[in-house]
Amino acid sequence: MADAHRREWAYVLAATVRVTRDLDTAEEAVQEAYVRALRTWPRDGVPDRPGAWLTTVARRIALNMARDAQTLRTKLPLLLEPEAVEMPEIDDIVDDRLRLVFICCHPALATEARVALTLRLVCGVATPDIARAFLLPEATMAARLTRAKKKIAAARIPYVVPSPADLPERLDAVLTVIELLHAVGHTAYSGERLVRDELTDRALDLARLLRDLLPREREVAGLLALLLIHRARRTTRTDAEGRLLTLAEQDRARWDRGLIAEADRLIVAALRAGPPGRFTLQAAIAGVHAQAESYAETDWAQILTLYDELVRVWPSPVVALNRAVAVSMVDGPATALAEIEELERDGRLAAYHYLPATKADLLRRLGRDAEAADAYRTALALTANAAEQAFLAGRIGSSRPDPGGDARIDY
Amino acid sequence: MVQYAVLIFERETPGGLADIPPELTQARFELDQRIAERGGRILAGMALDQTHTATTVRGTAVTDGAFLETKEALAGLFVLEARDLDHALELARLAAQVHEIIEVRPLVGFEIVRRDGEDRS
Repeated sequence: MADAHRREWAYVLAATVRVTRDLDTAEEAVQEAYVRALRTWPRDGVPDRPGAWLTTVARRIALNMARDAQTLRTKLPLLLEPEAVEMPEIDDIVDDRLRLVFICCHPALATEARVALTLRLVCGVATPDIARAFLLPEATMAARLTRAKKKIAAARIPYVVPSPADLPERLDAVLTVIELLHAVGHTAYSGERLVRDELTDRALDLARLLRDLLPREREVAGLLALLLIHRARRTTRTDAEGRLLTLAEQDRARWDRGLIAEADRLIVAALRAGPPGRFTLQAAIAGVHAQAESYAETDWAQILTLYDELVRVWPSPVVALNRAVAVSMVDGPATALAEIEELERDGRLAAYHYLPATKADLLRRLGRDAEAADAYRTALALTANAAEQAFLAGRIGSSRPDPGGDARIDY
Repeated sequence: MVQYAVLIFERETPGGLADIPPELTQARFELDQRIAERGGRILAGMALDQTHTATTVRGTAVTDGAFLETKEALAGLFVLEARDLDHALELARLAAQVHEIIEVRPLVGFEIVRRDGEDRS
């Protein structure tokens, strides 16, 4: 049942929206269809095609709801749909999931609304669970979802797959939502572990779904590969006490080689097919790390080349910071330190604790311990995350030998 | 078709319209045509005089100037008919080529009131 929920939700909802042309009604109908499945499947057995069963039931419920509501219908405009509204054959609607993904990640919606809508409507995660994952009161999350759905209806955001001209930009918005979901699950150390894993699981599910629906999009392959590599390393990122481990400290024997190989195939194919985008490049960097037998044997020159390209396609100061770590491994900490100081003058990362933390590490490697301790203190003051704080506090005044720096940012 | 208000915001200059290069004014005049070529329609449009000419009334109090004091002031608006938001945004991008900032908002109602007791449209 949980399996059917996870695998079929988006398909069933997308198919039901075809009939209702209204996300709210569709969502309610699908929810009700699952409730009925919960009642009847244990008694009658799971149907051969659970998705088809759920779709048929959800659509029937939706039609009944529409009939009931006809007289007192609030004048909420219906979703715009180019085609006529007769019931299409179930097999035609597989790709409606794509429309669902694109409407949830529409740039006219606020980023946090996109993330919440995607979890609710594409992944079928219940509102209280979404609220818990983002450490927000349930009412706040419910209001956010309602507001987003109202905007979709009122502003007439169309339920369509974007035109080829708009696709690259719109796809990037979708990939960003998935990446964000993953990042929240990956770094939110304050949440319950289960909730966090749930988010990274969902992000991976979404990347796989998108890969099935858009097999020719290289950046989709890139994002999927990146998430696969993170998954391969998931269990080694913390020690038994929950302390964060750097790439240098992680037990590489426990990395999942099968997932890394899968990611590698995706990366190689994406790189061969044309100039790589930011997700493919990030995946390629993670891939080089994942292939190295040990931290010391990492091919830093290769990583630096990839970072040069990444900074070019995605000129973000965070990327420049990560690149500086690679520079320190190829050209030495003094050269990297000059780049870090450049970033400090730039000012955009003033509140980002990885900047002073990276600087501290370089200073330490240059033997300038007093300055390093100062930088660690600055970093400590900028993070609210308990695991990060413990890590940084341990660094202040520590002369623990560390062969390869902290490499705090682990792709 | 769906109706949207397209709000135009501009930084005000001391000379007002006189400060705008003639090519830009020309391009703004042609916006209507360019939108029509792409399947949209402007139903009505208006250009506002500068905010220092505005008078704000709240309750019984009357004050000089516009209600909203923003760096970019509301300079005009038009009513646009488009297929959906994606279409409206595509057309708004054309407007953004000749104006500073464009806000697109769905209309809840739009009517033109005629004089002398004629029918309302």
